Amino acid sequence: MLSALLIVFREVIEAGLIVGIVLAATQGVPRRGMAVSGGVGAGVLGACLVAAFAGELAALFQGNGQELFNASILLLAVMMLTWHNVWMASHGREMARELKAAGHEVVTGKRTLAALGVVVGVAVLREGSEVVLFLYGIAAQGGTSNAALLAGGALGLGAGAVVSALMYFGLLTIPAGRLFQVTSGLITLLAAGMAAQAVLFLQNGGYIEAMTGTVWDTSWLLREDSIPGRLLHTLVGYVEAPNGAQILTYLGTIVVILVLMRLVGKPSLRPRPQPAE
Amino acid sequence: MRRMFFLSALLLVATPVTADEQVALTLQNHKFTPAEIHVKANKPSMITMINKDATAEEFDSTALKVEKVVAGNSKGNIRIRALAPGRYPFMGEYHAGTAQGVVVAE
Repeated sequence: MLSALLIVFREVIEAGLIVGIVLAATQGVPRRGMAVSGGVGAGVLGACLVAAFAGELAALFQGNGQELFNASILLLAVMMLTWHNVWMASHGREMARELKAAGHEVVTGKRTLAALGVVVGVAVLREGSEVVLFLYGIAAQGGTSNAALLAGGALGLGAGAVVSALMYFGLLTIPAGRLFQVTSGLITLLAAGMAAQAVLFLQNGGYIEAMTGTVWDTSWLLREDSIPGRLLHTLVGYVEAPNGAQILTYLGTIVVILVLMRLVGKPSLRPRPQPAE
Repeated sequence: MRRMFFLSALLLVATPVTADEQVALTLQNHKFTPAEIHVKANKPSMITMINKDATAEEFDSTALKVEKVVAGNSKGNIRIRALAPGRYPFMGEYHAGTAQGVVVAE
């Protein structure tokens, strides 16, 4: 029961933290609930499909289908997060001002809602397919321990949801004007961590052979498979023993996002927004 | 940067690099045989995991940096990077109580 609780808890917080950040980043955007719940729904459905066809998926591309699939959906999420941040860099200031002004309906953030819905979907898909496979394994096994294991799973789901909610409400205590800065920082690190993870999948598939040597090892300080290690892995891409390609990708992604945000967000490159009435 | 990796991923789909050393690993009743795998240090190798159980299992190792789901009654190839001498534990994540093993690089 404890193992079921832990495994479901781990997967749920990994997806839940991402959902929490997306919800915080879209604070005040109308109809964000639809995009986020649509993303969660599509993710759950996709997770069941991925779990059902796990064998077929793995057999694709000379046995590397799973690695390629994981790398592709991670890179898709990285692109969506980048787009959101770049968009917010040019429109965030208006949004922040309007939010502060008088609770005006903010419509600017709508444009990237679909992108963030995709990110939510991808997160739920990835973590969810593991939960589905695990729970299916329990159900298929039969035996008396099923009820206890499923109860453990349900508890894990609840605990994961609570941690994710705490993260979300914690973010909401940040004043609206600063919230966008904080969430865009979080999203940048989230994207960098995902890109580094994608590179790892490509290495495991044998597509990237360069720089696979471990550069440093901090497992003595914080183990990646501990709960705090997992949290940090999801949030900022913490890896206990990263290799060269992972580090380069991580830093490269941050640089690319920051440069794009700078370029697009420069006030001289766009007409000055009219003050909200 | 990301685009570069994406492109290289597409280009290389047809030509995965083959590893030097192949080791078979069998999973039955949620237990690995052999539970201890010996590979040469500083050389890449490949573990072929044969899952004889009806349910899927995830070969999971933080030390080896691998997460790979192998469906029930099927096989999966797990690429192991060149390892410094040492012990690298792995587990079947869905049955971590029984499915435990270690790769020893020497």
